[in-house]
Amino acid sequence: MAELTYREALNQALTEEMERDGAVFLMGEEVAQYQGAYKVSKGLLEKFGYRRVLDTPISELGFAGLGVGAALVGLRPVIEFMTFNFAFLALDQLTNTAAKWRYMSGGQFKVPIVFRGPNGPALQVAAQHSHACETYYSHAPGLKVVAPATPADAKGLLKSAIRDEDPVIVLEGELLYNMKGEVPENGEHVVPIGKADVKREGTDLSIVTHGPALHLALQAAAELEKDGVSVEVVDLRSLRPLDAETILASVKKTNRAIYLEQGWPFGGIGAQVASIIQEEAFDWLDAPVLRVTQADVPMPYAKNLELTAKPSLERTLRACERVLYRNGRAGR
Amino acid sequence: MATKVHMEALSPTMEEGQVVKWHKAEGDSVSHGEVLADIETDKATMELVARGKGILRRILTAEGQSAPVGEVIAVIGQEGEDIGALVGAGAAPKQAAPEQAGEEPREEEAEEARPPATANGGRVKASPLARRLAAEAGLELSRLQGSGPGGRIVKRDVEEAAERAPAPARVGVPAPGAPTEKDYEEIPLSQMRKTIARRLAESIGPVPHYFLTIDLDMDRARQARARINALLDERGEKISMNDLIIRAVAGALRQHPAVNSAWHGDRIRRWRRVHVGVAVAVEEGLITPVIRDADRKGVAEIASEVRELAGRARAKKLKPEEYTGATFSVSNLGMFGIHEFTAVINPPEAGSLAVGQVEEHPVVMNGQVVVRPRMWATMSCDHRVIDGATGARFLQTLKAMLEEPAAILL
Repeated sequence: MAELTYREALNQALTEEMERDGAVFLMGEEVAQYQGAYKVSKGLLEKFGYRRVLDTPISELGFAGLGVGAALVGLRPVIEFMTFNFAFLALDQLTNTAAKWRYMSGGQFKVPIVFRGPNGPALQVAAQHSHACETYYSHAPGLKVVAPATPADAKGLLKSAIRDEDPVIVLEGELLYNMKGEVPENGEHVVPIGKADVKREGTDLSIVTHGPALHLALQAAAELEKDGVSVEVVDLRSLRPLDAETILASVKKTNRAIYLEQGWPFGGIGAQVASIIQEEAFDWLDAPVLRVTQADVPMPYAKNLELTAKPSLERTLRACERVLYRNGRAGR
Repeated sequence: MATKVHMEALSPTMEEGQVVKWHKAEGDSVSHGEVLADIETDKATMELVARGKGILRRILTAEGQSAPVGEVIAVIGQEGEDIGALVGAGAAPKQAAPEQAGEEPREEEAEEARPPATANGGRVKASPLARRLAAEAGLELSRLQGSGPGGRIVKRDVEEAAERAPAPARVGVPAPGAPTEKDYEEIPLSQMRKTIARRLAESIGPVPHYFLTIDLDMDRARQARARINALLDERGEKISMNDLIIRAVAGALRQHPAVNSAWHGDRIRRWRRVHVGVAVAVEEGLITPVIRDADRKGVAEIASEVRELAGRARAKKLKPEEYTGATFSVSNLGMFGIHEFTAVINPPEAGSLAVGQVEEHPVVMNGQVVVRPRMWATMSCDHRVIDGATGARFLQTLKAMLEEPAAILL
């Protein structure tokens, strides 16, 4: 095991896959000369040259479409969006083209492409630059969506995404890039798409989450442990396909669940997961499934308001206590 | 204004009624004409409907308790209304089961302070898990206190109730001597078994009887009885032929568990223990005291038990657990000179043996007509449980045992 940052883990994944397969190339704004807005592509231009590491104009729809075309004719593009806030412009290429070609051609075409970049609110970048976009992509059948929350998962999932025969959206976290963690060194480190990971085992309550919110969930679990509450933390890692089996096994064990996510509540990933839980594990539920999400407002710029709008440790603990029925009785 | 709920005369001759079941719990809302309770009268179980509306504030006669016609058995009122005058001082509800001792008063107060789960509009609020656990534990949700928001019953409430108070909250609490799961094995129904059950029940009523008759040579049984009685003489005891028959039936049941079974709707319950009911005529009818584990008792022990139970049966002193729980019954009318008859099955038993008298009868043995002590026995079988060949094999074993009583000792 080596301790790497999330950024280095992604860089390793790109390097290894580009070395392994000459059809893999990276394209996006400032990925080559500037080595990436978040330095994920550091050293790649030097190593692989301009044919495989391409700077594009500021034209998300254009280079996303270019990528889809390249994938259709046999290349394996990795398209970096500087952030997913800018990828709305390319939504047509992602959901209407990449997601549909295999289906509409009756399987004659495939679109093995990766769209990746930071997703979700960072700090004080205001309403237009603070989107958590997972719901837009997860909504459309035909796209796979992953949201790694640790360096190891970032490397393993990006490698799986590049090798996948279908379009995969890799949602990274701006605030995760500097996070360090153990990443397996020896041999192939690949994390299968569609498999959730129990990041912490527990018996009293399941916090199901994905992406950067995982770390808040782990913090809440540590906090509750002091009170003798054993929290299980399930990191979905993949949003499409969704690992319902792992979620249900956890809920059947703990009888209560909350969903924690960085995005808005309406039609969110938590809404989908809560629906699955009540459909499949109704008789195991001792409490309603609650969600802790971003407030249902455009992200405020003011720091104090932004902190209020984002899921916080305090809100997470409050939700946990509600499903644990810990307020109903004094001294329990 | 509060309304008294009286025990009503639900049959022309009813003098008192027993509350079989309350359909409403304290705190439930009640409207005019809604069924409040099932009342067992001298004739049948009838529904008692509400004559007022509001909240069922107090139940004064608990399930299983009786009240004379005219007595106030519950009070309907408004939330918060003072009903003290109606329920009277110290009119605590009569409990079907005794209050458990050893409960700390403080705990009791805490229970009172909790809102009943039914406080809002009659629906019991409970988490899905709590509902499932309560059903599995045989707990009635409406009797539990919920500790969740708005009085919701949650897992911990069910678990606590199951641990703490099996008696008042449990439905179908096993009576002493009532079967527990280790007493039987359950056999799922095959499609053929289901079809046999359905078709035959359509044909001749809910318990489709058929009858198998066999005659037995009772020479050796007679000799055995005489020898046993000679041995018992000094103890001043004796056994009847029926005691020997009961013991043989019990032994045969042990060998034929398919006969020692009961129909349970969606499955067959195969008893692991053999309890033989013995029909005893009493003044106003008959009753069948039960010899428990008859296959594990000696015939003298069976004899003294039958004598003791029959005596108390005639004196109407039998306790319910002494006349329930049989897995098979024996009815003997030999003492009335009956040659042969059929008995009606006592559900949920699947079989009953009707025994006639031992009589001298000419039979052909080794090509000669000889006079032998013979006895006719007819087994009534519930065809849903016991097929013809199954019953016949049981009777063969029984015949072998009575024609050579030493076989009972095998």
